[in-house]
Amino acid sequence: MESNLLSLLVWLPVIGLAAIALMPRDKTKEIKLIAALATGVQLVMALVLWAKFDPAIAGMQFVERAEWIPSFNIAYILSVDGLSLPMVILTALLCFIGIFVSWKIDYAVKGYFALFLLLDTGIMGVFVSGDLFLFYIFWEVMLLPMYFLIGIWGGPQREYAAIKFFLYTLFGSVLMLIGILGLYFTCGQTFDIQALIQNAPEMLQGVSWWGMSAIKVIWVLLFIGFAIKVPVFPFHTWLPLAHVEAPTAISVLLAGILLKLGVYGILRFNYGLMPDGVWWFAGALAFLGLINVIWGGLCALAQTDLKKLVAYSSINHMGYSLIGMSAVIAAGSANGANTTAAQAGLAGAVFQMFNHGTISAMLFILVGVIYDRAHHREINGFGGLAKQMPIYTGITALAFFAGLGLPGFSGFISEAMCFIGAFPVFKGIVIASTVGILLNAAYFLWAFQRIFFGELNEKYTDLPEINKMELFTVIPLAVITIILGVYPAPFINLVKSTLNLMIDMVASGSPIAGM
Amino acid sequence: MDQLTNYLFISAILFSLGLFGVMTRRNGIAVLMGVELILNAANINFVAFSRFGGMDLSGHIFSLFVIVLAAAEAAVALAIIITIYNSMQTVNIDDASSMKQ
Amino acid sequence: MENTHITYSLAILFLPLLAFLIQIFVGKRLPRQGDWVSISAIVTTLVLASLLFVDMFQQYNPNFKIEASFLWMDLGDFKIYLGFLVDNITIIMLLVVALISTCTHIFSLKYLEGDVRYSRYYAYLGLFTFSMNGIVLANNLVSMYIFWELVGVSSYLLIGHWFEKESAANAAKKAFLTNRVGDIGFFIGIMIIFTAVGSFAFTDIFASVASGTIGGTTLTFAGICLFAGAMGKSSQFPLHIWLPDAMEGPTPVSALMHAATMVAAGVYLTVRIFPLLTSDALLFVAYIGGFTALFAAAIALTQNDIKKVLAYSTVSQLGYMILAVGTGVYTAAFFHLLTHAMFKANLFYGSGSVIHSMHHALHKKHDHETDPQDMRNMGGFKEKMPITFLSMTVSTLAIAGVPFFSGFLSKDAILGGTLSFAQHHPQHFLLPVFGFGAATMTAFYMFRMIFMTFYGKSQKPELYADIHESPKEMTGPLVLLGTLSIFIFYTLPHFNPFSTHGWFTDLVVAKDSFVPGNISAHTIAEHAHHAHIPAMILSLSVAGFGIILAGLMYLKKSISADAWAKKSGPLYKLSLNKFYFDENYERFLYQPLMKLAGKIAYFDWEVYDKYFINGFGRFTSWLSAISGKFDYEGIDQGLVDGVGHATQKMGRSLKQIQTGRLQNYLLFVLAGAILIIIIQAV
Repeated sequence: MESNLLSLLVWLPVIGLAAIALMPRDKTKEIKLIAALATGVQLVMALVLWAKFDPAIAGMQFVERAEWIPSFNIAYILSVDGLSLPMVILTALLCFIGIFVSWKIDYAVKGYFALFLLLDTGIMGVFVSGDLFLFYIFWEVMLLPMYFLIGIWGGPQREYAAIKFFLYTLFGSVLMLIGILGLYFTCGQTFDIQALIQNAPEMLQGVSWWGMSAIKVIWVLLFIGFAIKVPVFPFHTWLPLAHVEAPTAISVLLAGILLKLGVYGILRFNYGLMPDGVWWFAGALAFLGLINVIWGGLCALAQTDLKKLVAYSSINHMGYSLIGMSAVIAAGSANGANTTAAQAGLAGAVFQMFNHGTISAMLFILVGVIYDRAHHREINGFGGLAKQMPIYTGITALAFFAGLGLPGFSGFISEAMCFIGAFPVFKGIVIASTVGILLNAAYFLWAFQRIFFGELNEKYTDLPEINKMELFTVIPLAVITIILGVYPAPFINLVKSTLNLMIDMVASGSPIAGM
Repeated sequence: MDQLTNYLFISAILFSLGLFGVMTRRNGIAVLMGVELILNAANINFVAFSRFGGMDLSGHIFSLFVIVLAAAEAAVALAIIITIYNSMQTVNIDDASSMKQ
Repeated sequence: MENTHITYSLAILFLPLLAFLIQIFVGKRLPRQGDWVSISAIVTTLVLASLLFVDMFQQYNPNFKIEASFLWMDLGDFKIYLGFLVDNITIIMLLVVALISTCTHIFSLKYLEGDVRYSRYYAYLGLFTFSMNGIVLANNLVSMYIFWELVGVSSYLLIGHWFEKESAANAAKKAFLTNRVGDIGFFIGIMIIFTAVGSFAFTDIFASVASGTIGGTTLTFAGICLFAGAMGKSSQFPLHIWLPDAMEGPTPVSALMHAATMVAAGVYLTVRIFPLLTSDALLFVAYIGGFTALFAAAIALTQNDIKKVLAYSTVSQLGYMILAVGTGVYTAAFFHLLTHAMFKANLFYGSGSVIHSMHHALHKKHDHETDPQDMRNMGGFKEKMPITFLSMTVSTLAIAGVPFFSGFLSKDAILGGTLSFAQHHPQHFLLPVFGFGAATMTAFYMFRMIFMTFYGKSQKPELYADIHESPKEMTGPLVLLGTLSIFIFYTLPHFNPFSTHGWFTDLVVAKDSFVPGNISAHTIAEHAHHAHIPAMILSLSVAGFGIILAGLMYLKKSISADAWAKKSGPLYKLSLNKFYFDENYERFLYQPLMKLAGKIAYFDWEVYDKYFINGFGRFTSWLSAISGKFDYEGIDQGLVDGVGHATQKMGRSLKQIQTGRLQNYLLFVLAGAILIIIIQAV
């Protein structure tokens, strides 16, 4: 299909960025409007993309291809499939919402929104890249604005947080780059993902480096790169810090989209290019998922900083996704060709990734709302706010219940699918991680009680209610969470074909022989 | 007596005297005179080699050049010495060291 | 009629949800805060449920069953169908929920008059009714689980209605979390079953059980896991701790949820999954139920808070029902669920009426110290509140198992089943002991409550003058449910007060378990029939004993309760303190967990992150410091600058011969020439 939709989608924020760059520094209102316009149009285009997308096709759609650096076989390829489209829509939506969450920014407005739009381009580019090299470039493009956004507009420890985030992620990207180069040189010197999907499984067969199977080496290199983003225990500690220090809108993007990049990358590259490696790693993946669930849950339970609690809840929630991903091997003949479980698990993982995007975004926005008013986030420092801010309380209750996986919200469905999918293969791990559901409820309810219940804290008798702009940022997310919670079919149908193809590929693979 | 060595011998004495003069005298004019002696020692050599080496008139021409050069040199050098004398009231070259760093 | 059933069921399900949504969004702005919206919605569901009920009578078909499903999610192989099942059990249950819910809605009109969150309250009632109906109508485990949790949330919201009180907020959280513990079991059970069967629908599961696709220990384990959900919701030992605390919620809510319907959902689930429970799983169920019945009754003996007595009584009665399922007479369990819903809701309304009146009296006296729920502050209310007294007495007679009242019939059926089970399995003699022991205690503590509240002299004479009968909105439900505790409504078209035989037994007929090798329903019924007469005699005598004892202690005061309490010493203390369960959970579960969480968080943040992860940073910066030092001092300062230094030095030393004296230079030239000549010569 000939269309430049994806290019437009990716580069539109850059156009906005250029427009902002031309604006005088003090026209803050206009700058914000330009940013809103750019992301708004991007959102509309993402929805157009959704409308034009054919969910029956498992492979790539809207492919755009152009020569870029022919001497290294690097091309400019953009494409989407059922795995990336939901993420593209989520990105467009959260970036649009993020602009309005940032409306209150009053320091160096021009720079902020310029970097924000650059970040938008980076994220969008990562999701639609059809070329590994291009993917890597967008991956790094994304990193830089993030560094400045945290480091300049963040909280009291912003420099420390920003540098930590930057270095940690960079460490991952370097390993990833090595992995990518490994793939490039062993699989026919191409970065084209489609070509790699064709070649890699065969060409990597039997290749070994320093006595280790090349598949395993590349798997681990890429995995670490992505695991830092997820974040998978033990690579998780940058997250609470970055979240706590980042401005609200950046936390929203960080939790809502950037964490998804990890899972997305693992599915797209580790699963897509090295299905044999999945067999080898699935057990570890499920186990790491279990640790994420329990560890994140326990840590969240002990937090007294609301934002940190939400940050740890992200670790907890992404654990479910990992467990769901590991279910794919149920489809193999060694596990009784249980494609039912594999489908439930993988779709659950992808759905969970999307749902966590909306739910955690909602949670971070709400934390930002209370922080703007009370200027602190100490859970024990509130109390009785339900009386003072009934609407805010209602929406927070909704978000918390969505976060603790209550039926009726989309998070429940995806969590349940992850568990149901992984159960036939990893019974012990799944049973152990159901404890996470309890911890999940415990930390959210306990925090809720401490903030909203009890007698109203006298300090806060004049705390203003959540305003219209803030409501405007939260309500779309809440609506999506509820709609998909009641009727998940629209999402499921979107991803179905792509994921089932992926399952078939993994199922036809086999465990790697030898080291 | 008409042997090359004799000429060379005289030339060497003249050269040594000239050199001695240049090296030991503090008076600028005396130094100049030493230089003249050295140049003349060279001239004797030129002529002598020309005579005994069978080199036609080349040696003579060179020595004529040297004489002309020596004249030019003496003119310039004397002019410098006179200028120094005018400004410093001395012709002692050790005293004219104000250009030394 | 099939379509009508589905339409009606859908309407019954969604009308309360509609009321909830209206109340949440615009309730506060409506006249009277929109209570009429909720009430009209719930009355409509009551009418529809009654229509279904009437239709059930017209059909009079014990095998009546309608199912409808739709594809909710389709991933190719992984499909989830949601749907509902309407049979006689469903219809009866729908009617019970609609009836009690209606009563609660009406009762609350006065009970919560002027409450700060009046419209919110009605909204949550709607949410609860919606979710409860969802559980009742579910034909598969997924819908069941979804509504199961939603019921938990509405319970959370309603218990925490007065969230300004810390105890209410705590109770709400405790209820939700304790339920979640059970729900985890439920969920694991669902996973086990889905993995083996590949479907969530009851019909498919039962078919697989019958065909042996799933069986043996897996099935036993799955059954016990599913039952864990019921243990949570029906507050069975050891997850019973939340229900008494849940009494922090408004009393009409306690009547609706924590007595009649929500807590009965566990029993309902166990009844629904009865056909897949293996004999081992059933034994587990029976022991849990039996023990809970006795254990909770033992606690209720000594409680002084009128609602706490009723709460433990509820736990105990739920234990009865679970015991009945465990011993195979699951229709008896459901029968007891039905009768219990009426009389227990009524008792709660009665207690609500008393508390309401106490509250007003205290309010008039500006007394905020005296506990309006403490029975030691009551006494002699019989004359002041005749309607409340009468209806509560009827219900008490019913719960104590006195003939001519509904409780007698259902309790007798359960005790008969238990007794016959023990007759055929003598090693399980404890089960009837649990049952009859609990029956004795029930009769005792219920009459203790009646005597302490309504008889004797007022303990607080200064309040007595201000005690009044409650308004019509509150006495109406009392009269209605009190009436429904009379046997006749359950035995029609027969009039024998000593036989359970009636429309209920005609329409709700036990079906065989699908587990191969389990005893058939017919045999169970046969056995129970033989045990009927001895069980009746036994239960009548134990109930009589309990009532007489209570009368002697609290009415005649010929036996001193205090002396007995002293005599039984530690046992009395154990009972009064609820066997220290909360304290021990606090000490051995909750606190260690929090400590662990704190330690892990500390480790994660302060140790792992600060030392290990930042250690990399520190190591790198140490390394870079070293290399920087080497680079600067070694390479730059030493080597690169060294060349310069050396040159400079040499220049400086050579400078010495640079005298600026022409003669010196000439001397050097001469010396050089001589040197060359010498070298040349040599």
